[in-house]
Amino acid sequence: MMWVWLWTDIMVWGLVVALVAWGWTISRSPQVKAQWLAIFRSKIAMASAIILLFYLSIALLDSLHFRLALPDQTPGQERQYAGQTTSALDWVFNEIRSQTERTYSAPFALKEHSSSIVKDEAGRVLQQHLDLVHAGAHLADPSQRASDITQKSLFAVAVALALSGLLISLHLAWRARALGRRFGEQAGLVIKGKADLPWRTAYLTFSLGLVILAWLYYLGHYYHVLGTDKVGGDVLYQSFKSVRTGVLIGVLTTLVMLPLALILGISAGLFRGWVDDVIQYLYTTLNSIPGILLIAASVLVMQTIITNNPQWFETATERADFRLLVLVLILGLTSWTSLCRLLRAETLKISQVEYVTAARAFGVSRFKIITRHILPNVMHIVLIAVVLDFSALVLAEAVLSYVGVGVDPTMHSWGNMINQARLEMAREPMVWWSLFSAFVFMFILVLAANLFSDRVQRVLDPKNN
Amino acid sequence: MMAYIVRRLIYAIPILIGVNFITFVLFFMVNTPDDMARAQLGAKQTTPELIASWKAERGYDKPLFFNAEQPGLVKLSDTLFVEQSLKLFVFDFGKSDAGRDIASDIQERMWPSLAIALPTFAIGLITTITLALLIVLFRATVLDTTAMVIAVMIMSISGLFYIIAGQVLFSKILHWVPISGYEPGWASVKFLILPVLIGVFAGLGAGTRWYRSIFLEEINRDYVRTARAKGLSEISVLFKHVLRNGMLPILTGVVVVIPSLFMGSLIMESFFGIPGLGSYTIDAINAQDFAIVKAMVFFGAVLYIIGLILTDISYTIFDPRVRLS
Repeated sequence: MMWVWLWTDIMVWGLVVALVAWGWTISRSPQVKAQWLAIFRSKIAMASAIILLFYLSIALLDSLHFRLALPDQTPGQERQYAGQTTSALDWVFNEIRSQTERTYSAPFALKEHSSSIVKDEAGRVLQQHLDLVHAGAHLADPSQRASDITQKSLFAVAVALALSGLLISLHLAWRARALGRRFGEQAGLVIKGKADLPWRTAYLTFSLGLVILAWLYYLGHYYHVLGTDKVGGDVLYQSFKSVRTGVLIGVLTTLVMLPLALILGISAGLFRGWVDDVIQYLYTTLNSIPGILLIAASVLVMQTIITNNPQWFETATERADFRLLVLVLILGLTSWTSLCRLLRAETLKISQVEYVTAARAFGVSRFKIITRHILPNVMHIVLIAVVLDFSALVLAEAVLSYVGVGVDPTMHSWGNMINQARLEMAREPMVWWSLFSAFVFMFILVLAANLFSDRVQRVLDPKNN
Repeated sequence: MMAYIVRRLIYAIPILIGVNFITFVLFFMVNTPDDMARAQLGAKQTTPELIASWKAERGYDKPLFFNAEQPGLVKLSDTLFVEQSLKLFVFDFGKSDAGRDIASDIQERMWPSLAIALPTFAIGLITTITLALLIVLFRATVLDTTAMVIAVMIMSISGLFYIIAGQVLFSKILHWVPISGYEPGWASVKFLILPVLIGVFAGLGAGTRWYRSIFLEEINRDYVRTARAKGLSEISVLFKHVLRNGMLPILTGVVVVIPSLFMGSLIMESFFGIPGLGSYTIDAINAQDFAIVKAMVFFGAVLYIIGLILTDISYTIFDPRVRLS
């Protein structure tokens, strides 16, 4: 096995490391810690955070890439690796991924969606729906399907519940120890909803998420739970693969946009004069160009560069990844303006406050003034902008992919799924499951992000206090 | 006031130059004028002479930013960039690379775009403001919470789903309206109903939430208490006093987009097959027609700047305390 670190993998893992470090620093500042506790004291925010964590874990699992060694190696020679890059998620879904059919099939169907013309043994030409190759192949008789599904569902749910029960009791034990309580005492408080945070909601959401995942995964081995697409690919697998694309676009764009907005916004507000003029000119100019036109034009430019330089990329995955990276960069470079404007205004305000004037009079360096006085005081604006942008970006990906300037067409993404679904909806009878799956997966993520950002805004925005 | 507007218009010039510069850099980063000529002439009958004459005809035969052959300042002015930008400033969009007159194309396609964008905007604004006021009327009740939950849900669904679901439901299953297309004149109404309704519905969530928070901020002001103390009913307090005072923050967000309505909606127009400026732009991008892209970016930037100026002017109208200087 050979590890492959794609650019976006490096970025997303780097971000995770940075987040952990940041979490560690804020855990030592009592004020900030109190704010975060206040955010999580809301049940909705807690549930949303758990859902977002599920999505993030899937995205991270899909960000571990490797190339497997080919099975037949001649000893003594250099090891040969598969040309295809697979991710940890691909490996988990290996069986589901490989169970491709010939063409469209509905969720839990045993036969193909459209009929084909076949000849029977007597040589007569018939029109009939062919049996699926993989779905329900273990059934002796199609009539057993309902009882088989029930049986397997019960098994999956039971396993998931047992697993979540185990994990929850581990967490309970850890919390009880940290707070110096007995296990039973802590469990009682959680069940009554009287613990420090709404852990009951968290545990319920976690169990529910685990049950759904386990059910989809286990039944996915025997049926196409969400149907198959035009070339027989499993839609469940595609939906899970799309999670990474959506989450990464939302998260990494912020990574590109933040430094720009922070540096330019704070300098404009602090230094004023010509620095302010130049920065204001920059963002007014960028803002005047219709957003989607600017993005579309930049993406088309990059696309031409990519097609002109095929030698840069070893595998198709690397090329698609580079395109995602470029898209993230472009989105970041075009979306820093609004946050920059807010930061400039806030910095202007803060730099007039007495304690900053005092610091300046004491001869504190500009850099120190920024890190000590300004940055902590604009952090709430940054956080609110980041969480608000996340859901907007996930939705934007779909629109951009539809216009043809989004992610690579070979990359799994909800935008590409919707794009295909447009033609599928015109078929007779309708092929609805791709659109439905993309809809549900996207809706849950964006809804959770929106609800969470609501709470963050309510707690952090001083206007609401 | 006049002096203010003139000053703002002069300030717009460097911005528009910047906009042109960005378009230029982006486009010529990967395309040389030779590539453009080859693409437009077709691969078969191109000869170096034909390419040269195509470039000369459209003014692409000059260097991009720096003309070393010329003396002094003309080094900078006798270039493709300056020449093409100057034409834009007098709204001479010229011909598209495929040979069509861009100005007349824009004039022709502006109306279908407006026919969708304007009703969507007006109906959307009226509906969301009314809804927001009603929700404020029932604030802190179950109705308020439910409405806000629904608003977040509406916001969390991609616009593409509304369009696809609307087309399937109203055109494919119910056959109430045609699925896509356009006819000039009043006949266009049957094509426009669905996109307008979808546009309004998709904007309900974000709009209602935004206006609700504005009105909630107003409702704690002293004048509201006074109005209530006078014995006015809650409805007339809301619709007469709170609405008028809430208009100011609403205007900031709204007026700036009005001129941009001319640009049309990219997604709506391409889904519903409406020959407006949105679909015009997307076609031009796909065909790599630089003249059109450049013209549309410039047009959009001008409309945006007009929007900014209009916002300032509308302040003076709605709030006499504001003076422009």
